[in-house]
Amino acid sequence: MEKEKKKNLKRRWNKNDTELTILALPTTIWYILFSFLPMFGLIIAFKDYKISAGHGFIYNVFHSEWAGFENFEFLIKSNDLFVILRNTILYNLVFIVVGTILAVALAMMISELWSKRKSKVYQTLMFFPYFMSWVVAAYFLDAFLNQDNGLINGMLRDAGNDPIQWYMTAGVWPFILIFMYLWKSTGYNMVIYLANISGIDGTLYEAAVMDGASKWQQARFITLPCLKNVVIMMFILNVGKVFYSDFGLFYQLTQGASGSIFNTTATIDTFVFNNLQSNMPVGMTSAATFFQSVACCITILLANWIVKKIDEDSAII
Amino acid sequence: MSKKNKNADMAESSHLNKISQPTNIGFNILFILIALICVIPVVFVFMISISAEESIQMNGYRFIPEVFSLDAYKFLFDEGEMIIRALGVSIFVTVVGTVLGVMLTTLMGYVLSRNTYKLNNFFTMIVFIPMIFNGGMVAQYVVNTQLLHLRDTVWALILPLCVSSFNVVIAKTFFKTNIPESIIESAQIDGASQLQIFGKIALPLAKPLLATIALFLTFGYWNDWFQSSLYITDQKLLSLQALLNSIQRNIEMMANNPSAGISMVEYMNSMPREGARMAMAIIIIIPIACCYPFFQKYFISGLTVGAVKG
Repeated sequence: MEKEKKKNLKRRWNKNDTELTILALPTTIWYILFSFLPMFGLIIAFKDYKISAGHGFIYNVFHSEWAGFENFEFLIKSNDLFVILRNTILYNLVFIVVGTILAVALAMMISELWSKRKSKVYQTLMFFPYFMSWVVAAYFLDAFLNQDNGLINGMLRDAGNDPIQWYMTAGVWPFILIFMYLWKSTGYNMVIYLANISGIDGTLYEAAVMDGASKWQQARFITLPCLKNVVIMMFILNVGKVFYSDFGLFYQLTQGASGSIFNTTATIDTFVFNNLQSNMPVGMTSAATFFQSVACCITILLANWIVKKIDEDSAII
Repeated sequence: MSKKNKNADMAESSHLNKISQPTNIGFNILFILIALICVIPVVFVFMISISAEESIQMNGYRFIPEVFSLDAYKFLFDEGEMIIRALGVSIFVTVVGTVLGVMLTTLMGYVLSRNTYKLNNFFTMIVFIPMIFNGGMVAQYVVNTQLLHLRDTVWALILPLCVSSFNVVIAKTFFKTNIPESIIESAQIDGASQLQIFGKIALPLAKPLLATIALFLTFGYWNDWFQSSLYITDQKLLSLQALLNSIQRNIEMMANNPSAGISMVEYMNSMPREGARMAMAIIIIIPIACCYPFFQKYFISGLTVGAVKG
């Protein structure tokens, strides 16, 4: 393989290369416009970016004054930074740990069901929420939690209790958000792990049965070790996103992630979005996203490096 | 040993390796509960959408309303213009975006799968770097609005979503593993250009891949509301999801069409507010709910293809 590549580099440019370059061109242009230009655009985090009428973006970038780390200072001094950073990271860690354990456990259980037909039906139903957008999910949640008409408040009234203003009660939101995250993603993740379980060599289990292994021992010593690689891969992918939040989850379900529930629901993304909508100068928000991009890049490389130290084969890069 | 005996033997041994009956029943109950949690909200929202407005006012949302009514759907039908336009936008965005996305993704995937290509490493980097580093929401927003001038155009809903490095890697892996090098070489000997090889050999052999990527894109576009909320202020360009998003707090924007003899205020007061919102949600869910069980297997195959290291 290595040899082939070396030979490749020495080889002269031929017709094939020209044709393949032409084929790759449209997608490359897309990548330049929608991926690499925004990367270049990150420098506005260090600029006092102003829009002057009648000039393009590039002109504006070059003619805005350098602000050094002023934007970052603003961000750090605003009281919100600690809250949004804490929420983003903690929620993601809970999602990764609880989500993975639940999905792996359910995948192992569903693969053991006697009836394969029933297992298919359960999978189909559990996969269903994955296809709902967060806007639709927000309607679902609203049907239960609505202040005036919601089912839960209705039941509270029937039982003679006072209704609760769910959308203003900060303490319940961590549980609601974690529940809704699991509701939407568990079926999807379970199916990924299930596909890997059914790919495990059946003779391993046969051999284990010969040796008198119990079902529990088979799960512990065959299934789990075989799932290790895919779990680690999903882990690296998710850890890389630990500074990003699922925007729809935090924004739609909470109906804005602001007001009295800001403390428990705001994340970096909802903060950035709300600031973008409010026509404030983009300086501080761009500093927040710059931090996000860099932190994300570092964590993904770090996670991959650690995994590589432990087990060479599991690393994805 | 006779054949029959052997079969019985195998059934016996595979039976030995099954979970016990109580465990099986327990697992089944658990999964029935989880499955119910997953679908009950949809049933609930549907029941609200066919409740009469008065019984919602009286009792709030209930699973079984006192009075059934189709007023909400009738209202949406009368105000059809806005919904049909939004439906049109959604369908246009989904179809154009999916076609464009599949083209761009498979082209790049094919190029990357060619080992002998001189610039292979370079293009691999182009696809790989965005996977670990990106410009973030603000920079994307600024570039899309001020450099590409996408604000309030339908392209703002289509272009930013049409390629993802994840899909490109899936495509690359598929081409690499499923299209034998020998076929491509023999086509080259026959004088086929790379475009011909791609169009006439690679693509026809890649139907499962096309289905998988098309499905990922279709659901992505159909469910997207985020691009709309960033870039679209013109009501004519709202997609169904964006419309649903904006009527969450402001259902009045739907009411434009009072029937003869009623003033606008009366009309607004008479409209089935709660029911109409929920009915909108149901209208969005129906196409997905109807078709996804048939496509589920492509999703699963896509996920497993993606699980192979790029």
